[in-house]
Amino acid sequence: MNNERIQLGHGSGGRMMNELIHDLFRRRFSNPQLNALDDGAILPEPGGRLAFATDSFVVDPLFFPGGNIGDLAVNGTINDLCMCGSRPLWLSAGFIIEEGLACSDLEIIVGAMAAAAAAAQVRIVTGDTKVVERGKADRLFINTSGIGVISHNPAPGSCRIEPGDRLILSGTLGDHGIAVLSQRSHLGFSTPLQSDTAPLHELTARLLEACGGGVHAMRDPTRGGLAALCNEFARSAGVEIRLDETALPVRPEVAAACELLGLDPLYIANEGKLVAAVAADAAERALEALKSHPLGREAAVIGEVRKGEAGLVAMRTILGGWRVVDLPAGELLPRIC
Amino acid sequence: MNLAPFRDPAIAARLIEETHRVQSRPWVIMETCGGQTHAILRLGLDQLLPRGLELVHGPGCPVCVTPAPLIDHAIALAARPEVILATFGDMMRVPGTASTLFAARAAGGDVRMVYSALDALELAHTNPDREVVFFAIGFETTAPGSAQAVMRARSQGVANFSLLSAHVLVPAAIRYLLEDPGNRVQGYLAAGHACAVLGGQPYEELAARFDVPIVITGFEAIDLLRGILRVVQMLEAGEARVENAYERVVHHEGNLQAQDAIWNVFMSRGREWRGIGLIPASGLTLKPEYSAWNAQLKFGPPAETSTEPGICISGLVLQGLKKPPECPAFGRECTPGHPLGAPMVSAEGACAAYFSYQRMPEGRDDKSPGSEGAA
Repeated sequence: MNNERIQLGHGSGGRMMNELIHDLFRRRFSNPQLNALDDGAILPEPGGRLAFATDSFVVDPLFFPGGNIGDLAVNGTINDLCMCGSRPLWLSAGFIIEEGLACSDLEIIVGAMAAAAAAAQVRIVTGDTKVVERGKADRLFINTSGIGVISHNPAPGSCRIEPGDRLILSGTLGDHGIAVLSQRSHLGFSTPLQSDTAPLHELTARLLEACGGGVHAMRDPTRGGLAALCNEFARSAGVEIRLDETALPVRPEVAAACELLGLDPLYIANEGKLVAAVAADAAERALEALKSHPLGREAAVIGEVRKGEAGLVAMRTILGGWRVVDLPAGELLPRIC
Repeated sequence: MNLAPFRDPAIAARLIEETHRVQSRPWVIMETCGGQTHAILRLGLDQLLPRGLELVHGPGCPVCVTPAPLIDHAIALAARPEVILATFGDMMRVPGTASTLFAARAAGGDVRMVYSALDALELAHTNPDREVVFFAIGFETTAPGSAQAVMRARSQGVANFSLLSAHVLVPAAIRYLLEDPGNRVQGYLAAGHACAVLGGQPYEELAARFDVPIVITGFEAIDLLRGILRVVQMLEAGEARVENAYERVVHHEGNLQAQDAIWNVFMSRGREWRGIGLIPASGLTLKPEYSAWNAQLKFGPPAETSTEPGICISGLVLQGLKKPPECPAFGRECTPGHPLGAPMVSAEGACAAYFSYQRMPEGRDDKSPGSEGAA
């Protein structure tokens, strides 16, 4: 089907859809639960409390340096499950396809999903496909939902953040957002930068192994970046967060692209990083645990939690002054002068 | 470019120390460019300067000073079915009298965000059955690009492209502020990027006539601190010259090619500045020989004047007479999500800069996040 394009018939419930399911999804995702092809998947008793997460993916362009919408969709929900302190087990995959999408593109994307799921030892056990008329969607949207099992108690959550906690970031800021922006056709620059899309299950497992209940909260700084994450932490825990700008790891090429576009790396999306709020006496162990994994080699303590003013995120700048780190106002806009 | 040397905390500390040492009495300095205002507040740089040194924020945000009727005109053009309205991202959220270009797009208008005037011209090539109007915003920094697009449209015979010019010139605005009897600014940081085009020349006459030091200044921490130090040194010595503290970008004569492009296509004329009023010879409009690419002539004149919400003091803010927190609406009725005036919207606006970076409670202790432990 490599020269073909997706047609409305591929979502009609008839023969074409059956072919798509058998030739592509079942072949690529193959596992006992999915292969049964029932309306839903029957899952074994996982032996613990469950975490359940969902995320939808609408990235433009579909392919970018370091990944595509497929691995992004799988890693995204895996990471949401990991941030709840769970080990991800099963995913669902829902596809909304615009009529005319090249089947070869869909093949590559589904292949990337299968590879990402296998790498994280996660099964895609149920799914759905809809095809909409040309112009009613932007080529391909994917929703993934997932279930993980929680092995550590108490599980991390933002309500457990306390004054004195240290904030640890697992690596450099802004790689994904800038890699995607660099691919947008109207941006006349190309950077050697790759998206950081990656599953974080091993990183969170090591962190929980090393610190157990000392890990108070974990979250991945995706949309809205580190700034949005810190504001969410500060608000939901009713604490003040103080960041240290000199401690923030940012690649020179990301800093340069941000400078050019008038963007702030604090607000740029990441897809393979996490921030953990960790009890002060566990911070050193947490940092070591993260640094022992390739995805956490550049981990750093970037700030701390204070009683202070609930909901405030402040940052000591490289010069020693202070600034507020606010929620982003809306769409990220480039500057003009 | 490697920016690290221009952000070096050790060099910054030395410059700050030197400024403290040199300053003997209070001075008021204006940074003219919104990009400088944002950098100063983002770095918390104002908190590190001597107490008597007051930084006031100038009118250097082209989006902020674009009058509401001109934005209304762009919105009206965007509503025409044949029109693709292209503009820079900064302009999208700025309110006209009643609406924004984002809202116009949501209502079905074809509004495109572009990164250069030539991108807009490209849209005209790829959409031959549509009329592409480029809403051209910016100071002398972006005007050469607009000029180039119009010249290229003429040489290529592109008839479905036109310019709605909102270009303005910085030196004309500085002159206007200096002529104001209420002016309290004693020294200026000129906007580095704008000077890269026009050079230092236009400021020399101003420095001499109004007896003020003017230093061409960049946007990084070290650039800003060097500019501020030079202004303070000149003020203390009673000198009034134009100096260049942004040598890596600005040459004294500016960029002659860019100047040629501007004056080939545009002529200056009086322009209304939002919140400030009419400033003579401060706007750029297309010369008669380029009328075919002038959207104002192609589609007819804009609607009549409109008014700002009464409570907003953006005009005083843009002239450096008030600071954003002095506005009764600041952070209450007026926020970036719900702006009353343009300086709260634009990425370069002074009100947005204060809202984003400096709503810090007073009297904070000065401990760094790391001073108590691992950070």
